[in-house]
Amino acid sequence: MLSNLNFRATLLSIAILVLFLGVWQLATAPEALIPQQGELSEYEQLMGAGTDRRSSSSGIPAPTEVFAHAFSELSNPFYDAGPNDKGIGIQLAYSIYRVLLGFALAALIAIPFGFVIGMSPLLNKAFDPFIQVLKPISPLAWMPLALFVIRDSNISAIFVIFICSIWPMLVNTAYGVASVRNDWLNVAKTHQLSKVRTAFTVILPAAAPTILTGMRISIGIAWLVIVAAEMLVGGTGIGYYIWNEWNNLDLASVIFAILMIGVIGFLLDASLAQATKLVRYAD
Amino acid sequence: MSKGFLEIENLSQRFPQPDSPDLMTVFEGVDLGIEKGEFVCLIGHSGCGKSTILNVLAGLATPTDGNVIMDNKEIKGPSLDQGVIFQNHSLLPWLSARDNVMFAVRARWPNWSKAKRLEHAEKYLKMVGLDDAMDRKPSQLSGGMRQRVGIARAFAIEPKLLLMDEPFGALDALTRGVIQEELLKIWSETHQTVFMITHDVDEAILLADRVLLMTNGPHAQVAESVKIDIPRPRTRATLHQEEAYYPIRNHLVDFLVEGAKVMSAKAQEAAARGDNPRHSPRSVNPANPEANPEPGPRMVRAV
Repeated sequence: MLSNLNFRATLLSIAILVLFLGVWQLATAPEALIPQQGELSEYEQLMGAGTDRRSSSSGIPAPTEVFAHAFSELSNPFYDAGPNDKGIGIQLAYSIYRVLLGFALAALIAIPFGFVIGMSPLLNKAFDPFIQVLKPISPLAWMPLALFVIRDSNISAIFVIFICSIWPMLVNTAYGVASVRNDWLNVAKTHQLSKVRTAFTVILPAAAPTILTGMRISIGIAWLVIVAAEMLVGGTGIGYYIWNEWNNLDLASVIFAILMIGVIGFLLDASLAQATKLVRYAD
Repeated sequence: MSKGFLEIENLSQRFPQPDSPDLMTVFEGVDLGIEKGEFVCLIGHSGCGKSTILNVLAGLATPTDGNVIMDNKEIKGPSLDQGVIFQNHSLLPWLSARDNVMFAVRARWPNWSKAKRLEHAEKYLKMVGLDDAMDRKPSQLSGGMRQRVGIARAFAIEPKLLLMDEPFGALDALTRGVIQEELLKIWSETHQTVFMITHDVDEAILLADRVLLMTNGPHAQVAESVKIDIPRPRTRATLHQEEAYYPIRNHLVDFLVEGAKVMSAKAQEAAARGDNPRHSPRSVNPANPEANPEPGPRMVRAV
């Protein structure tokens, strides 16, 4: 029954993909059917009209062009031919490195701190206004301040990732810790566990699924933000790559990069979803 | 009154009320003794403060007045000397049945080797008939099996006092009967001192040496201590054939249906007069009234 459902869903997915690519291909097809009206004027010839019969009417590349480009990029992803010409693999690696570093630093601070404010109703209330005000700030709004204080665009980008990753982890950890069931805390008490032991053997496993959910939200946001941050700071990374290719008017590269951002984002999310499975428990 | 193993002295619990400056007295002036190895059940209507008394004994609640002395030491907080079995099993859902018991064993004897802890935990899991289910998580166990793990966990730490708060309340009648007999079997092997809250009169008669009856709140009191004069070993199948069964059962049911109300009305009047509420339960032996002559009302305020 379930496998049947999965099979049908896969079929439908493929159908949707084929339909989408078909529409895209048709919409960007060269308008070969429309007959050329007479000789090109001298101006038109100067502007290059009629030279490239394959280029589409709208200027958006057809899927076949994007795939051809993707194939050539992916067959040599790590080439490095100077600051403005690096392989997609190198650019993605820079972005992933920044995201993971900023995310890890945020986790290092948010999880222990969230633990503490989750266990203390006083601290929870005291810190709440600050968290509520800081949380909705667009992480890019920190960028000028970061650039001024840090004076290093690469570290500033990592800082922006750090600041946007910290809130969901902090809030979820505090919530998860604060809502550990009283029964389980009573079990810890009646077994005379020390505070530290209670934290590690009861509260941490009980709150782990909520904490992991916070981490999953954080890494999703971090991956969204890195593209914009790299467009601002420039130099390396997938965000810079997109902006650079836009300046080159190479839309096939832009579309290819968009797809790659989606794929990497999916992989980051899936790896944390997998980690969540490890700590999840049925109640 | 001789000093028993567990002494509850002048225990009172009052809570602030949301819309009144006066405190609400749940129960007050409870004097009570429990002997070592005794199985005592506490029965009373909802809201009379049964669970609060149990939580005080567990060290999870602090009484407004009075104190509890166990083995010549005052109970001031939760400890491994008091094992607790809660109504909703309260197993840690991320641990297997075995690890849940191991968790308790490790807390009790942190210096034991892992092999010794494992052996000890499995011994108790086998005692409750969970030989084949030790690796399962609580969510993969039936309600009855979960409660068995809870029993194994509580017995495994060999507490001085075992506290049970309606341990079988959430189980269906068939399962409850089976586990009651298992509990009886384990208890006859270990002779733990047990203090148990129940709503079930038959359960109390089957298990207990003594049943404490509580009047309704507010100003609830532990009014009677009913001796269950039925020889052990007892079984569910033959319990009702015992001569003493019906006199005891009738006495308990009468108290719960009528007596609790009448006595709590008296207690509330007495409280309104400002009498000293301190009291010990009156000893009753419905099966053999001659053998245990009534010492007369021992409630101070009734004098």
